[in-house]
Amino acid sequence: MAGVTRREVLHYAAAGTVLLAASPAAATPQAMQEAIRKVVGSAKVMPGRMQITIAPLSENGNTVPCTVTVESAMTPQDHVKAIHIFNEKNPQPNVISIHLGPRAGKASVSTRIRLSETQTVTAIAQMSDGSFRTHSANVIVTQGACLEDTP
Amino acid sequence: MSRALISVPPKVKKGQVIEIKTLIQHVMETGFRPNSTGVLIPRDIISAFTCTYNGTEIFRCEMFPAMAANPFLTFHTVATESGTLEFAWSGDNGFSVKESAKIQVE
Repeated sequence: MAGVTRREVLHYAAAGTVLLAASPAAATPQAMQEAIRKVVGSAKVMPGRMQITIAPLSENGNTVPCTVTVESAMTPQDHVKAIHIFNEKNPQPNVISIHLGPRAGKASVSTRIRLSETQTVTAIAQMSDGSFRTHSANVIVTQGACLEDTP
Repeated sequence: MSRALISVPPKVKKGQVIEIKTLIQHVMETGFRPNSTGVLIPRDIISAFTCTYNGTEIFRCEMFPAMAANPFLTFHTVATESGTLEFAWSGDNGFSVKESAKIQVE
């Protein structure tokens, strides 16, 4: 580390902190965890038996196609009650909350979402027996959903 | 008035799981974007959507600003009887649109 003084290191470290603090409001992974907790309460969330399908590389964050499919017979005794989609780094952690019932026949929904930057998208499924399932997908976003007005 | 597009198979067999697609014209302004003078553009989104099949709710969702503009939704239902599917969107600034589609079950 020749040529770099302790003073310089401290200076750049402080500047970095300021830059982070000045970035626009964004949901953090913690905010996403809190939003998920609000939905699931104290219940355990098990991974598996559901799938969130998003292209791993998205060129335009303004419209990212996304499909969530949950393995379920969709009978009155055993069906998916709700599907929630959350993101880590948009200004808000929630994306959509979907309510289904045995009349759906098939627990599969598709939509288009906005992603501000490269991040993990998580889907939570609430089953009729009170259990929760989850699945996450990483998405690389080359051009994020714009935060400025289009000129 | 927003234009809504709905795709429902017009003729289906009883008990068949059908796919329903809906698309509605809307900017879905997030409320997080500043305009050219630096002032935030107020939020203007569709926040709720419901689909009923002969009066019974089969699909409902709450939407947040992270939904893309012109919200598109694909979901499924079991074709139980002939009748009408009704779709209702509602949101900020008194936004409300209703559409319906006929379905014939054999």
